[in-house]
Amino acid sequence: MTDVKEEKQTAPAVPEIVRKRKRIWPVVPILIGALLIVILTYTLPPFRNYQLATVGAYFTVTAGLTVLTGLNGQLSLGHGALMATGAYTFALSQNKWLNAPVSFVAAILVTTLAGVVIGLAAARLRGPYLAGLTLAVAVVVPSVTSTFDETFNSDMGLSVALDPPPGTIPMERWQAWLCWAGALVTALLLATLVRGRFGRDLRAVRDDETAARLAGVNIARTQVLAFVVSAACAGLAGALFAVLAQSVSPGAFPLTLSLFLVMAIVIGGLGRLVGALLGAVLLVALPTLAQQAGERSGSQHLEGNLALVVFGVVLVVVMLAAPGGLASIRFTTIFRRNR
Amino acid sequence: MKRTTAVFLAVLLSAAACDSGSGGGGSSSSGGSVPGVTDTEVVVGTHMPLTGPAAAGYSKISPATKAYFDFVNAGGGINGRKITYKVKDDGYNPATTQQVVRELVLQDKVFAILNGLGTPTHTGVLDFLKTNKVPDLFVASGSRNWNQVGKYPGTFGFNPDYTVEGKILGTYVKENLAGKKACFLGQDDDFGKDSLAGIEKTLGPVADKQTYVTSNPNVGPQMGALKAAGCQVVLLATIPGFTALSIGTAAKIGFKPQFVVSNVGADPATVSKALGAAAPLLEGVVSANYLPLTTDDANPWIQLYKKVNAQYNNNAEFDNNVVYGMSVAYLFVQSLQAAGKDLTRESIIDAVEKNGFQGPGLVPLRFSDKDHAGYGGEQLTKIQGGKAVFFGQAYTTDDADGAVQPYTAQPVTPPQNGIPAA
Repeated sequence: MTDVKEEKQTAPAVPEIVRKRKRIWPVVPILIGALLIVILTYTLPPFRNYQLATVGAYFTVTAGLTVLTGLNGQLSLGHGALMATGAYTFALSQNKWLNAPVSFVAAILVTTLAGVVIGLAAARLRGPYLAGLTLAVAVVVPSVTSTFDETFNSDMGLSVALDPPPGTIPMERWQAWLCWAGALVTALLLATLVRGRFGRDLRAVRDDETAARLAGVNIARTQVLAFVVSAACAGLAGALFAVLAQSVSPGAFPLTLSLFLVMAIVIGGLGRLVGALLGAVLLVALPTLAQQAGERSGSQHLEGNLALVVFGVVLVVVMLAAPGGLASIRFTTIFRRNR
Repeated sequence: MKRTTAVFLAVLLSAAACDSGSGGGGSSSSGGSVPGVTDTEVVVGTHMPLTGPAAAGYSKISPATKAYFDFVNAGGGINGRKITYKVKDDGYNPATTQQVVRELVLQDKVFAILNGLGTPTHTGVLDFLKTNKVPDLFVASGSRNWNQVGKYPGTFGFNPDYTVEGKILGTYVKENLAGKKACFLGQDDDFGKDSLAGIEKTLGPVADKQTYVTSNPNVGPQMGALKAAGCQVVLLATIPGFTALSIGTAAKIGFKPQFVVSNVGADPATVSKALGAAAPLLEGVVSANYLPLTTDDANPWIQLYKKVNAQYNNNAEFDNNVVYGMSVAYLFVQSLQAAGKDLTRESIIDAVEKNGFQGPGLVPLRFSDKDHAGYGGEQLTKIQGGKAVFFGQAYTTDDADGAVQPYTAQPVTPPQNGIPAA
């Protein structure tokens, strides 16, 4: 959705038209998407609905992460931990008040706060140091749950109290609606946000900090804001994960989750919401495909590791074939080449 | 923008397409009104850690179960039905367990979940299985969670629960290691808590207690604290990897207490493999068991299992996990036989509640309509010359304040053809 090159090329030529198109278009695909989701949830069987819901939850976090990493150039290896923050907040609030809207807001607020703290530190760090800091966050979270085991119940985690879905809606369809409502609202807000001045600032800081500073962009503020926005997305995604699993535990947010998230947005295409969506689909599809492949070949022991192997192979192949990620592949260019 | 929508559409359509394919296959195979049951097949599923921190040892259980089912299938199956066993790897990650159990129940339409492994992992799917009325048979963990007849009427345990085991181990320490300072290291979840509760019921308060989490493979601080507290006996409620870690770490810091280890973490083959060259440290470790020991070649159950293992399990290294997996399979086959030809989810639950199963276990199973806990006791073992050997006699008890009582009845022998009769 945020095609940088396209804008650079077309903006000077026809600025009026571009500006008008910009204002309308994030809403349209979101509405189409919402309609599609509703249709799909009625046509798909329950397990597919559950997978669809999982894609929605992943999309919520990959969308935020791709804005941070792709548009602002900050690498975070700690988004799994931010998701855990959201999920635990949601669980604690649900188990206390059993009011889902309040719990969602609480999850987003607490994770945003965590994002402010990490973001402030992150704005002072660059490249590998930043990755190291966020990695530390990802590692610390399990220790927090075992240190304060009265509250977080250590490795066992907490079960999440949920009201049954309204009316006769099956649980899986309800989960898909909740997750995609979260995902689509997130995508709409992000698309609107990065289209305006904030988006330009993000890219300016990523491309050349000195030039951006000379142009009057407040570097630190932009970086912190970017981190906070993506943290809020991660918090919402974490809460959605809690709804999906009806339980939260440190094992559900391992370090590999954070790494997988980064891999997903790179494979999908950095800095684009389409890329984030493709990445989210891959996060659900690849492990399943790997397991099926493992089952067919009769392997009993490799399956878990096979998912990692498949992910790695896909990453390498995509980077070789399409360095911009899957979202950068254009069907038109493929056809032109074939002709 | 068009591209965005196009990609989005393509993704969703392809999802819908592959779904209608598999969905059709699933519904046609289920045929009758009972999910996973046809005239020729019964499909059951499980979740197991084939990878991850708990995979050591435990990843051998489901292949062993499957091997025994293959053996039964080769003999014509049960009531004309062959058993298909679907194993999904959850890496001991509760979030993945949610995913794979849904896949088994909603997509693969399994008849029952058999022997799902792990306390934190399986706890998360209890509600889902209850809502979908899926029999949840013989969970592979000794948590007392599985014995909540009112709340989860379809869930049954297999292992003696950790409190029963704790009471038996505590009694041993009280009677045989009296006057020594006894301490405890346990997993920081229901496993550790239930175990400690049982130990303290018979032994009284321990001198020092420590916990570990599976996500942190370093028990240096804990073993250091136990050494500093002057412990002479250390009771472990640990999974195999952490048993090895604890014993190894203790040796490294020159700490040589008597270890008394929970059955779930004491398989000598698994633990000595993890210890490598340091395996002799296991000598003298006390544990308990409720199934025949792998090294007891004279035992007819072991002879049967070894035969099945050679024929259907690629001759996998024969350890306690193999015996465990096959014993679970044997119990499930007994349940199928007892449920009869008209197999439904209700009929198998009724059959298990009726109990009366006689199998490889040294003590009886406790199933009834008021009790869904598995085996009711254990016999102590000691590692001598790298092998576990039974000593003394078997004991039974309950998870409340009941006494620890000797159990003297002789175990039964397996049927001639190795397949339980109706």
